[in-house]
Order: sequence, then structure tokens, then C-alpha cells
Amino acid sequence: MIRIPCPFCGERDHSEFSYGGDATIEYPALDASIANWHDAVFQRQNICGMQFETWQHLNGCRMWLVVERDTMSHEIRSVRPAHTGMAKALEDET
Amino acid sequence: MTRFSGWNVFWNGLTGQTGWQRQWRDPEPKPHYDILIVGAGLHGLATAYYLAKNHGLKNIAVLEKGWLGGGNAGRNTTIVRSNYMMPGNREFYEHSLKLWENLSHDLNYNVMFSQRAHVSLLHSPAARDAAARRYNTMRLTGSDGELWNLETLKANVPLLNYSPDARFPITGAAVQRRAGTARHDAVAWGYARAADQLGVDIIQNCEVIGVTRKNGQIENLETSRGSIGAKKIGFAVAGNSSRLWDMAGLGTLPIESHKLQAFVSEPLKPLLDQVVVFGVGGAHFYISQSNKGGMVFGGDLDWYKSYAQRGNLPIVQDVAECAMSILPCLGRVRLLRHWSGVMDMSMDGSPFICKTPLDNLYLNAGWNYGGFKASPASGWYFADLIANDRPHQFIVNHDLKRFERGYNIDERGAGPDPKLHG
Ligand SMILES: Cc1cc2nc3c(=O)[nH]c(=O)nc-3n(C[C@H](O)[C@H](O)[C@H](O)COP(=O)(O)OP(=O)(O)OC[C@H]3O[C@@H](n4cnc5c(N)ncnc54)[C@H](O)[C@@H]3O)c2cc1C
Ligand SMILES: [Zn+2]
Repeated sequence: MIRIPCPFCGERDHSEFSYGGDATIEYPALDASIANWHDAVFQRQNICGMQFETWQHLNGCRMWLVVERDTMSHEIRSVRPAHTGMAKALEDET
Repeated sequence: MTRFSGWNVFWNGLTGQTGWQRQWRDPEPKPHYDILIVGAGLHGLATAYYLAKNHGLKNIAVLEKGWLGGGNAGRNTTIVRSNYMMPGNREFYEHSLKLWENLSHDLNYNVMFSQRAHVSLLHSPAARDAAARRYNTMRLTGSDGELWNLETLKANVPLLNYSPDARFPITGAAVQRRAGTARHDAVAWGYARAADQLGVDIIQNCEVIGVTRKNGQIENLETSRGSIGAKKIGFAVAGNSSRLWDMAGLGTLPIESHKLQAFVSEPLKPLLDQVVVFGVGGAHFYISQSNKGGMVFGGDLDWYKSYAQRGNLPIVQDVAECAMSILPCLGRVRLLRHWSGVMDMSMDGSPFICKTPLDNLYLNAGWNYGGFKASPASGWYFADLIANDRPHQFIVNHDLKRFERGYNIDERGAGPDPKLHG
């Protein structure tokens, strides 16, 4: 079991979360070229090692998170809220 | 090499089993080959075999970082079927099933292919309609498929949970009788032995760690056993395709690596004659009984990207719950082992057998959960591609550009999210 430290709820089993995918994908503008859209939708880095990825705390606070995780050892290095506004709100609070 | 035959088995029985030789050589790598295949799983080994057998080519080697058949080839649940519907997959998997039907004879190696039928349970009128469309498509295109009503199903598979109070009562099944299982290790060993006999060097403990390019071609593969050159190179490394692709300096692939688990129970007396599949309301489960009596089963993948060949516990629970809902008689059976393999999950759930941006590099990748059944046809058409430098008509759309053309081969209709296919 992977344990994910949710910034809102604390450390929980990964089974409470739903895996999103690669968090580094930047979706292009709506009128961007087909080639740009093709790459964003279909091509993947597929890193073996540390990667940024999105998870949603579905059975918790329901927030989307960006998790930095090793895809071989499953070690987690960092977790932050996916929405920058939320990340900032958390920082302001402390 | 002693051929396997009734006479040889009999003779060796009388002479103390002294007449057998080792099944394949263990050669040192040569500095240069005409064709190098990376990955001694089923796809790599089958490719080497058909390159030698169908195309008469010599001077071929297969490079394997571990031992042959130690990847997904030796980790799968061994289900062989051709109940695919999409153009491109339909012909391909049917050709593969036909090759399976004669594989033991062709390889002179008993791969224990058992056409025990593949039974997909149905639970609703909508599922029945969808199955009717799929299985009629199969029949119209030269395969077999039938729909069983509840009485026929009960007569054939008596031990399922037929309770009308079940969460998803069973109403019938979609069946492919020619489908079944095979002994996965035997397939790897059979291809390895047959390829070796035709002169293919199978080089184990030889990991590809780098790629040297020159003028839009690969010149050498850098390996843990030195630099090896080749005129043509094929990648067939299952879950590690993106890593090899990256080594070749080619950027990204439409693939994510995910892991899938499989399970086997303690051996039991015969209790299940078919492959049974249960998939409704988020459940996903397939089970058969091995020749040794173990119940072999599996479910969904682990839901997050991973290169680790080990599984997680929530899936163990999911799979156990599925087992209990359709075969409650398994409740007190003990689990013997469970393990996992890393697979290329592609963006539409279908594979790639294609040319690449480099003139002398060919790619065989993206097999999802379905690559065991595919291995004979995959080797067949990959060999044809490498030998003739053009795709056979059956695989023209199994290229990397299909998404650019809007030609997704999405059997499940799940969209471009790799973890949802399989
Ligand atoms: C748990 C599980 C259950 C499955 N069940 C089924 C099923 O019931 N039916 C079905 O049809 N399919 C099934 N599959 C899918 C099927 O097993 C795979 O699609 C298929 O085996 C992949 O092809 P392969 O045999 O060539 O792969 P592999 O056996 O994985 O071969 C690839 C080889 O490449 C080698 N390699 C990787 N990197 C390098 C490198 N850098 N240098 C040298 N060598 C390298 C690996 O060591 C490996 O031996 C299942 C898969 C899993 C994991
Ligand atoms: Zn939370």
C-alpha cells in the first residue's frame, strides 16, 4: 500500500485516492495546431523514476493533488494541491 | 537436438533418460548480426523464429537482460481468444488463434494449448445485445462465437453463483469455444528451442543500456556484454518500450507502463473446465484452472503507473471479492502465490508493430493485457515487417501515426487513458 500525505487530511492509504495521470502535461490553446493537441492527448513521458502525477482524494477531501512519486520504488517525495490558488491559501494559513 | 516424439520418449524411458540434450545453446555474443531483437519474451522469440523459418534469414540474435521468458511471458494468466471486433484487431487475433491451433506441432514442443472455451458472463439485456453484435461480427469474419442462455450455461459451468439474489444475477454468456489457455513457459521455451535450432543466438543476461546512432540509423546497441552492431534492429521489450525508445533518442511514445497482478491458488481437483470472465459494475475478473489444479485468476491493473514488478493489496481484495461473488465455493481455498508484470498500456488499448523514424529500427510494443494470445501473430507479422521493410496489410494501422489520422483502434471505447484499456 502506498501512503499519500494529503495536505488537507493527513497521511492516508492510496486506495482512498484515484490516480489521474502525468501532471506535467500542458494542454495547448483551443485553437492550437492538431500536432500540439496530438502530443498533449496521446504522447507520454512514461518516466521510470521520479515523476509528477495527479491524484484525487476521492474518499477524503476530494481535492486534486500533485504528487511527486518514484514509479519504480513508489517512494513519495512531495505532495501539493493541484490548484495553485489552494496551494497559496494553505501557505497563507500557516 | 533430439526431436520430441512418442518413440523418443519411449526409448529414453528405457535408457534412463540419458539421450536428451540441452534445449538451446548459450552462445557468446558476436560483434555484429544482421538482425538483433531486444527482449526474449514471447514476442521477441517468436519474431526470431519466424524470421528464420518464414523468411530464411540467418545471423539473428535475441538480447535479453534477464532470463528468457522471465518477463510478462512467464507472468500472465495464459488466456488465448480472438473475440475482437475492430477492423485491424479482428483479422490479426484470428490469425493468431489459427497459429495457436498448430503451434505444438510447428514447434515440436507441447505448449499444452487447451481449447476449453472462453465464457464471458452476461448480466443484462444491454450486455447481451452488445455481445450479440461482437460475436456475430466474429462469425461473419470467419471465427466462431455463440451466445448461451442460462440453461446451457448451467449445464456447462455448474458451479457458478446462479442465485437470483446475487448483486448481478447471471443471465447467460457469450462464448468462444476455440479459445482457451496454454502453458506460458512452454510457449517461451518452445519458441526459444525452435529458433535456436534454426541458428538464432539467444543471449541472456545481456541488457541493452545504450544506443549509438549514425546517419538516421542505429549502428550499435551498447549492452552489459559489450557493444553489438546490426543491420536491422527490433525492440520487443513489453513494459519497457518507452525506456528503449528514450535510449534511442526518439522522444515519447503513446504508452504508459502499468502493472497487472495474477494469482494462483493451491491445487484442487477438477472444478472448472472453461475460462470464465466476469465483468460488470466495475468488477473485472477472469479465472481458469491450470493442468496442475491451481485456480489461476486476475482482475484489473493496479490503477497507477508503475515499473515495479510487484502488486498492491487493494487489488488482492478486489479480486477476492469478485471470486466470491461468482464462485463462492472458492471461499476456503488458500492463495498460493501472487505476482505482477509491467505492461505497455497504449492510448487506445491496441498494439504497435511498425517502422520508426530510424531507418533500421522496428517497434513491437503496446500489448496491454492481451499480448499472450497475440504472440504467434505478433512474431509472424513483426518478422514479415523486418524482412520486407513494409507492413503486411493486417497491420497497416498498427503504426505510431494512427492517432494523427484519427484512427484509434479502441476495442473498449474507453478513450485515450491507458489505464482504462485491457
Ligand atoms: C499478470 C498478467 C496477466 C496477463 N494475462 C494475459 C492473458 O491472460 N492473456 C493474454 O493474452 N495476455 C496476458 N497478459 C499480457 C501478456 O503477458 C504480455 O502482453 C506479453 O507477454 C508481452 O510480450 P512478451 O512476452 O514479449 O513480454 P516479456 O516476456 O515481458 O518480454 C520482454 C522482455 O524484454 C526484456 N527487456 C526489457 N528491457 C530490456 C533491455 N533494456 N535489454 C534487454 N532486454 C530487455 C525483459 O527482461 C523481458 O524478458 C498478461 C500480463 C500480465 C502482467
Ligand atoms: Zn484529502
